[in-house]
Amino acid sequence: MSTLRNPLERAHNHGSAGDGVGHWWAQRLTAIFLVVLTAWLVWALTSLVGADHAAAASFIAHPVNAVLAILFVAIAFHHGQLGLQVVVEDYVHNRAVEVFLMIAIRAAALFGGLLAILAILKLALGV
Amino acid sequence: MVTDNRPLSPHLQVYRPQLTSVTSILHRFSGLLLSLGMVLVVAWLVALAAGPQAFGTVTGWLASPLGLIVLFVWTIALFYHLFNGIRHLLWDAGWLLELKGAHASGWTVLVLTLVMTAIVWGGLL
Repeated sequence: MSTLRNPLERAHNHGSAGDGVGHWWAQRLTAIFLVVLTAWLVWALTSLVGADHAAAASFIAHPVNAVLAILFVAIAFHHGQLGLQVVVEDYVHNRAVEVFLMIAIRAAALFGGLLAILAILKLALGV
Repeated sequence: MVTDNRPLSPHLQVYRPQLTSVTSILHRFSGLLLSLGMVLVVAWLVALAAGPQAFGTVTGWLASPLGLIVLFVWTIALFYHLFNGIRHLLWDAGWLLELKGAHASGWTVLVLTLVMTAIVWGGLL
């Protein structure tokens, strides 16, 4: 049967959306990173219980904790955005609502992620 | 063409809940809760960066009865999504896909979630 698809696209084995298994793969990669980062998060949170402002601020300001916190926030928001996207695709059948939610989820993830990273950098750099 | 009376394949309500289906829907639900929980993570970090007064407001709310309930549910969701996520990664690698492995790993995830939640909260009380 003839096809209207570009031969190169066929060779890449990409679907009609053009990104193949990109979403699936990104979800797995971020999941693997989050397994390690969540172990750090649980340790960090349990050691920060009851900490006053000075103690918590100096904990996050430590370079290792600051970098791990930034990685956790960035990757968690990315992973969450990918997951919420699948939930919306599965359950929201009104195309207009679906597109609106996709944009809203990405905007919220970007805003939340940048806000958290800026807060961590402010503490780490002591500005 | 969209019609309202086309036959539908059997859906959720005709099936008896099974460990595999329940753990699957719980994975989505816990992921949804954790996404919402990121609001807390951001609020905590921003308050910490803003100064002692804002930090006191946020930690004061977290230590309130409602805040503690939210944190407790967040802990369960975090451990469940973590352990069941590892189960999903093992499935992706081709392991534990038979009924026996799927059931054994499902119970393991549930037990580990309860144990880790108990350890974390037990250590605080």
